[in-house]
Amino acid sequence: MTASTIATPTPMRTTSTRVTIGRVIVYGFAAIVGVCLLFAPFLFPDVRAQEVAARICVFIVLVASYDLLIGYTGIVSFAHTMFFGLGAYGAAIGLKTMGRGFEAIVLGGSLGVLAAFVLAVLIGLLSLRVKAIFFAMVTLAAASVMLVLASQLSNFTGGEDGITYEIPRFFSPANRLEDGNGDQVRLFGVPVNGRLYLYYFVFLSSLALFYLLVRIVRSPLGTVLQAIRENEMRAEAIGYRVVAYRTSVFCIAAVVAALAGVLRAVWLRYTGPDVTLSFDIMIDVLLMVVIGGMGTMVGAIVGVVIMTLAQFYLKDLMGAGAEATAGLPLLPELLNPDRWLLWLGVLFILLVYFFPSGIAGTLLGKGGRK
Amino acid sequence: MKSLSATFTRFGGVMLLPVILALVAFVLIGRPSSWLTLTIAGLAMGMMIFLMASGLSLIFGLMDVLNFGHSAFVSFGAFIGATVLAALGIWVRGDSAFLNIAALVAAIGAATAFGALAGWFFERVIIKPVYADHLRQILITVGALIVAEEILLVIWGGTPMPVPRPAILTGSFLIGDVAVEIYRIFAFLLGLAVYVILHLTLNRTRIGLLIRAGVENREMVEALGFRIDRLFIGVFMAGSALAAMGGAMWAGYQGLITPALGSELMVMVFIVVIIGGLGSIQGSLLGALMVGLTTNYVAFLFPKLALASTMILMMIVLLWRPWGLKPAVKG
Amino acid sequence: MTNAILRLDDVHTDIAQYHILHGISLDVPEGGVHVLLGRNGAGKTTTLRSIMGLWKAKAGAIVFRGRDITAMHTSDIARLGIAFVPENMGIFGGLTVEENMRLAATHGRFDKARLDRVFAIFPAMEKFWDRQAHALSGGQKQMLAISRAIIERRDLILIDEPTKGLAPAIIRNMIDAFREIGEETTILLVEQNFLFAKALGRTVAVIDDGRIVHRGGMAELAADAELQARLLSLSLEAH
Repeated sequence: MTASTIATPTPMRTTSTRVTIGRVIVYGFAAIVGVCLLFAPFLFPDVRAQEVAARICVFIVLVASYDLLIGYTGIVSFAHTMFFGLGAYGAAIGLKTMGRGFEAIVLGGSLGVLAAFVLAVLIGLLSLRVKAIFFAMVTLAAASVMLVLASQLSNFTGGEDGITYEIPRFFSPANRLEDGNGDQVRLFGVPVNGRLYLYYFVFLSSLALFYLLVRIVRSPLGTVLQAIRENEMRAEAIGYRVVAYRTSVFCIAAVVAALAGVLRAVWLRYTGPDVTLSFDIMIDVLLMVVIGGMGTMVGAIVGVVIMTLAQFYLKDLMGAGAEATAGLPLLPELLNPDRWLLWLGVLFILLVYFFPSGIAGTLLGKGGRK
Repeated sequence: MKSLSATFTRFGGVMLLPVILALVAFVLIGRPSSWLTLTIAGLAMGMMIFLMASGLSLIFGLMDVLNFGHSAFVSFGAFIGATVLAALGIWVRGDSAFLNIAALVAAIGAATAFGALAGWFFERVIIKPVYADHLRQILITVGALIVAEEILLVIWGGTPMPVPRPAILTGSFLIGDVAVEIYRIFAFLLGLAVYVILHLTLNRTRIGLLIRAGVENREMVEALGFRIDRLFIGVFMAGSALAAMGGAMWAGYQGLITPALGSELMVMVFIVVIIGGLGSIQGSLLGALMVGLTTNYVAFLFPKLALASTMILMMIVLLWRPWGLKPAVKG
Repeated sequence: MTNAILRLDDVHTDIAQYHILHGISLDVPEGGVHVLLGRNGAGKTTTLRSIMGLWKAKAGAIVFRGRDITAMHTSDIARLGIAFVPENMGIFGGLTVEENMRLAATHGRFDKARLDRVFAIFPAMEKFWDRQAHALSGGQKQMLAISRAIIERRDLILIDEPTKGLAPAIIRNMIDAFREIGEETTILLVEQNFLFAKALGRTVAVIDDGRIVHRGGMAELAADAELQARLLSLSLEAH
């Protein structure tokens, strides 16, 4: 193994042998979320809740793949939603032009994923040689240009309006499972139809991708990444080709993000700039990974669930606050539910200052990295 | 080939690129009058972006801090400038050239002063605790950007705001058959003046000498007995003030501003800094002029490619010179 | 020793999570050249940087002229009269030779007599006065770095491996220069090149693995072949 890990046993190693209350809380929480998502169609049968559940599944993958970058490699990229969008647009354009078939998803999705991969290789080789900060700028520039392209090449992408399309008949609510009498089969009162299949398609695919990411960070590659993050010069001196490792991680993260994009596109039956490419989503992903805990993977689950719930409940809370302070100056404006990002931003800054390892990281005892 | 590159270097090297760009565009566009209009527009735009980019670049060069919140200074500068102009009403619209100019100075001055103050706050409160930690630095400044943009929305709301332009800067004059907007000339001259002042400060004063030395090697400046942190805060305030000034100028140029203005410009500013090379004022000027010209030429020649063009420009430059065209010398 | 200008007492320094100095204790007598020898990674550079406050010692005391400077800011340490010539020389490549020197001169003004003295020791500095420093050769850069350290009267000059990568002819010049500078002030010289060190040093300390393993006069060490073999076998050059 490497000299740097001998000199500094990573905190993960030392804590993983102990069971602490923090670990119980974090993994317990993750397990509950897992169970809820597994039985979501039965536990929360209404359409809106299922939408939230599917969004959480996809975002866990998206955020976890971003964690692979930022948490395990220390690379800050602002192009993650660009890759997410490439996957989504690939599937969407495939379904739009080839019609509602699985082959359209496979072909379009693959092209989207391939585009993401190629772009990731280019950006990585071009700018990962230089400083982290420089890389952040380049990815930001690339992502914003992609956003502009998506809205300008409207023949392809539908511009600002995006694309609506149909998905394979197998996933449509009309594809009902019928018993011998031609009646709808129900499981715990929930109709078994294409919509249910679709949810499980998204859920299981997300689960598989998340598992893949966890395997990657636990593999020898993950250990090398940790060594690089802790001491780049030393890792280089030991003989790791830092740029090659970084570029390959950037590519893996990009491909996974693009696959998550495919899932999102199939679930939504709509793809547009605001649901895939926009910087609002990039900011969401960034907040989720930092709030959840960088470099933990399980933090992705915590971050996504908390942020998603906050988006609903913080707004309600602020709405109530705004009403209560209606007579006062400025306060109602600050508590306006549309300003929820203001408070989340403040929370984010405080978190980065005082708990840089996020909720899961702090509970798991990873301590504050300097 | 070798003699060609030697000639290139002798006549100014990379500083020649905007001229080459203009010449190529002249051939492609074909009509001198259109070309002149586009060139002036490009130079004016470039100079305004230079105001925003120079601060970012210097701050980065000296302190190794990339402030993703920089665009918040631009946005606030724009809105403060617009608010001051709107409040001064008759001064702005009236015929008195003196009052016009007074209003203009007040607007730009208010924006710039705010930028300096906000920069002071930013450096002390937001960035100081996370020097030398790039990851947290990026995260913190992004967080600060989110908060700042929300505060902007709280104060000015989400609707576009019209910006009254002082009467003296309205309209245009004719050169031959080409109408030249006065505001563009003004923007160009202001940017040029700022460049000259920055250039002289950096090259002719002791503070400038310290800054140039600090950009190269902070530790050594300290080891020679200077407090680099005092230099930091001064440069940070100046850079933020310039960003706000650029924002105010941009507001007057656009005539109608939205809260999204800062983040839209930020991408352009980043590209300028990447093209020009981090840490050098000359590089920022070079990058800004090239981006300004390219944007305007391409918008005319191939309208769909306008924003992508700057990206392509950046890619080409990075392939040619990974550190940008004219980065500060390190070490 | 009571006449020590600089005293290190059980200094421990960490870099990131690595513990580099494990209790360095060292006296530097006033006047002349004093050498700190040791192989790569022994902690020589870390010792100099700890003195300069560029890396803060986490335990122990660093005392300069009776004053504890352990926790002081680097710039304040410099202002006490300590000059530092780092291993990479710390030249500002984008600045001219003159500007490099001007930064080190009090209030940016040159004292004519001292400037003449610098030119007498290093004539190349006068020749390249207006040239950009990055265009200088390695030896000239080293001369500039040392000139910068002596343009004002300093009480102590810390120099990190000045002979690294230099041609033998230039090293001989350097020996003369250091002798002359050592007559006016105190130099703490970090070296791997024993011949160079032997020619200059009044006292010597050998550092290994973050600890001082030998202290004494240079003459004794130079005379004792066996001691040399024991202390310096660890990949020191030229013995």
